[in-house]
Amino acid sequence: MTKMDNATHFSVSRRSLLKAGGALVVSIGTAVPLDTALAIGEAFAQGAKPPLMPDQLASFIAVNADGTVSAFFGKMDMGQGLFVAIGQMVAEELDVPFKAVKVVMGDTATSVNQGGASGSTGIQLGGKQMRMAAAEARRVLVDMAAAQLGLAADALTVSDGVVHAKADPSKRASYAELIGGRYFNVQLDWNKEWGNTLYAPGKAKPKDAKDHKIVGQPIARKDIAPKVYAQEDFSTDVRRPGMVHGRMIRPAVAGSVPVKVDESSIKDIPGTRVVWEKGFLGVVADKEWDAVRAADKLKVEWSDVKAPFPDQTALYDHIRNAPVRKREIGGKELGNVDEAFKTAARVIEAEYEWPFQSHACMGPACAVVEIKDGNITCWTGSQKPHFVRDGIALTLGVPAETVRSIWVVGPGSYGRSDADDAAMDAAVLAKAVGKPVRVQYTREQATGWDPKGPASIHRARAAVDAAGNLIAYEFTSKGFSRIDVNTNGGAPKDTLAGHLLDTELKSADGFGVPAESYEFANKRLAWETIPPLLARASPLRSAHLRDPVGPQVHFASESFIDEVAAALALDPIEFRLRHVKDPRDVAVIKAAAEKAAWQARPSPRKDQTGAKVSGRGIAYSQRNGTRCAVIAEVDIDRASGKIWARKFTVAHDCGQIINPDGLRHAIEGNIVQGVSRTLWEEVKFDAKNVTSVDWLSYPILDITETPEAIEVVLINHPELPPSGAGEPSIRPVAAAIANAIFDATGVRIRRVPFSPDRVKQALS
Amino acid sequence: MARMTLDVNGKVETIDADPDMPLLYALRNELALNNPHFGCGLAQCGACTVHVDGQPVRSCVTPVSAVGNSKIVTLAGLGTPEKPHPIQKAYVEEQVPQCGYCINGWIMTAAAFLDQNKKPTEAQIKDALSGLKCRCGTHMGILRAVKRAAAMMG
Repeated sequence: MTKMDNATHFSVSRRSLLKAGGALVVSIGTAVPLDTALAIGEAFAQGAKPPLMPDQLASFIAVNADGTVSAFFGKMDMGQGLFVAIGQMVAEELDVPFKAVKVVMGDTATSVNQGGASGSTGIQLGGKQMRMAAAEARRVLVDMAAAQLGLAADALTVSDGVVHAKADPSKRASYAELIGGRYFNVQLDWNKEWGNTLYAPGKAKPKDAKDHKIVGQPIARKDIAPKVYAQEDFSTDVRRPGMVHGRMIRPAVAGSVPVKVDESSIKDIPGTRVVWEKGFLGVVADKEWDAVRAADKLKVEWSDVKAPFPDQTALYDHIRNAPVRKREIGGKELGNVDEAFKTAARVIEAEYEWPFQSHACMGPACAVVEIKDGNITCWTGSQKPHFVRDGIALTLGVPAETVRSIWVVGPGSYGRSDADDAAMDAAVLAKAVGKPVRVQYTREQATGWDPKGPASIHRARAAVDAAGNLIAYEFTSKGFSRIDVNTNGGAPKDTLAGHLLDTELKSADGFGVPAESYEFANKRLAWETIPPLLARASPLRSAHLRDPVGPQVHFASESFIDEVAAALALDPIEFRLRHVKDPRDVAVIKAAAEKAAWQARPSPRKDQTGAKVSGRGIAYSQRNGTRCAVIAEVDIDRASGKIWARKFTVAHDCGQIINPDGLRHAIEGNIVQGVSRTLWEEVKFDAKNVTSVDWLSYPILDITETPEAIEVVLINHPELPPSGAGEPSIRPVAAAIANAIFDATGVRIRRVPFSPDRVKQALS
Repeated sequence: MARMTLDVNGKVETIDADPDMPLLYALRNELALNNPHFGCGLAQCGACTVHVDGQPVRSCVTPVSAVGNSKIVTLAGLGTPEKPHPIQKAYVEEQVPQCGYCINGWIMTAAAFLDQNKKPTEAQIKDALSGLKCRCGTHMGILRAVKRAAAMMG
């Protein structure tokens, strides 16, 4: 053990230390004079908060005066337990108890833009950054302690937020003593990117997974009890002094705008005011019920416009015949697909269809905006509050620095929902009336006017040679873009308020291709996008809906793989394993098969008679590093067409597991929502507008239809970085069900949803 | 406008309101009870559910004047962390909700059901909860929690 009394002294000027920026090396055996220790302390810590920028450690981690840790997170927890998982990752790297970490998220005043909730990257990208920041904070704190204790950093370790000599725990300095209540003054190596790709590591390396004690534990969520005891406020519950209540007025015919508004029609309702600017029309009232009544009673004359939509029965023909705006090959084309098809002994072809679907959040969006002394504050349930800040700034024409956006847990999210539009509407109304405004959408507006998951068709064909080998495979999706409006409300071109105040939609092109590792000699995966049906303020504008285009693409691709297996009279798993190349893909397929006690045989089974039949089907897919295989076991009532997706077996590999309990819950939610989208969900519309506007016209899965079991096999790879789990397991659900229906009945259903009428028709 | 009294969570409150206004708006805005929630305004989802004399009622379509002297209990009045209703305890133990916006419907409906039905079968539980909505898909957890609560109350 190092002894202070025989150490050589040295001195370092404060100036040189500050310049060194934390690179100071103190060798074993050196004692550090007090002034040097203080200098290190000052170099690393300060009283004033550094600018909220990604290159500052203080933007991610702070040690409070009592030694607890605040972790400032620029992504959001949409109810899948990120508060816990991020806390675990931070606590792990800092060597503090899990309970000492408070994760603070969603406020543009306290966190940098890490992209918000987006693409299941909360842990994969957001957590990665928090892990690096926490590791750097620990390194810096250990260096500060080394200076203070006159010991080398590598002679120290940390237990529960106390740095101490490995050999003598009495030589100690707690995080609270070292920096509590002051800010880190430590520069990170920021890659100069914002959003999901923001990355700013320090000099520290995170721990080896074998040393993890907190990561990997099934720690429970702490936000559940407050919800259950009605102690937690949602975005709908925000109240501000002097706040008035706003309601938006939408046209009966999409694309129509108000041309005459009769304000006298609501003059008998107290405290009301109409806000009408160009196409934007809303009412505010002092009392919420009065706003509801005024919105209902206001007489409006609307512009006469041509009904913008095709007949719903013609939707898929519309997609088939629409001009292709952009075509893209996903990944690399293998071999020569066109030539290979010319040599085929047999070609198997199929086409699949997926409807528009709604986010249909549990509650219609709600937002509050207050403008005070030139500063704007928005309380929003949007999963991307940093972009809401930007969107409000652009919509109102003010600098973004004057806008603060605060995420408050909302009524579900699942992508680019109606939340961003409500925030913009509230901002426009608040500016117009000079009071804080709370905008609450109606159910009709939530389900009818949210951005929709895009409708699409998917064509697949496979070439088989005379020996029965699959020699070529081609898969092409064609549909509305998933980024007709962007993934966030960050610009007027992407919001209803923006469109109604005369900013044009600038529809971008995005779709996707199957994510799998089937190796065929000749293979081409492609997508094509078509133009939107209506250029502005369309209730059928398409955008990200949970696992954007994943369910539709993999419904088609994994149904088709099953069709090929059946055509070749092969067991669906055996056929997949012949061609799947990625070892982790193979592992999830085998794990699901084993757990489900899969009996190898070709589909369909032929041993059933009578009205009630059952079957099993598998589907698998990847998603940004995560692999998931799903086996569905379904019961079908031939007479009613009713399907019960009775049992699921899911094998899931998302690299390192941070919290297995949170992961299981996330997977269950994915499966159930996937069943709902497969069996029930379809946006209905006529030529004028969307007509599915409530829970009767847009039904979702009922509790009486819940599976009896969802068995989950978690494959943990602690040695790998964690990837996402918020979406990957919804992806294969539709195909697994479709394949099970085929197994049971020999009938292939290629159009979602599998509602009783459609199933009955298909089986007859 | 009319002056009315409401007996909510054991407290009698006086409000001035349009008699046709749904009870939900009185609870949220006049009495500042942040639960229940507005989900549809159509009695289709359950997010606004409260107990009126022990029965689950959709407050979004119940005129405030129709409640009279009945005893209203909201989620906040059902139980506390110190004295939880078994379904609340089970909900926490089973870690049921994702976003949690729907839970008024499930918890208030399940609580009223369990108070009247000891040792229910799974089919009875599902029937009792049919029609309630959860968009996050936490149905599996809901059923586990109701069964757990039923066992506690058994």
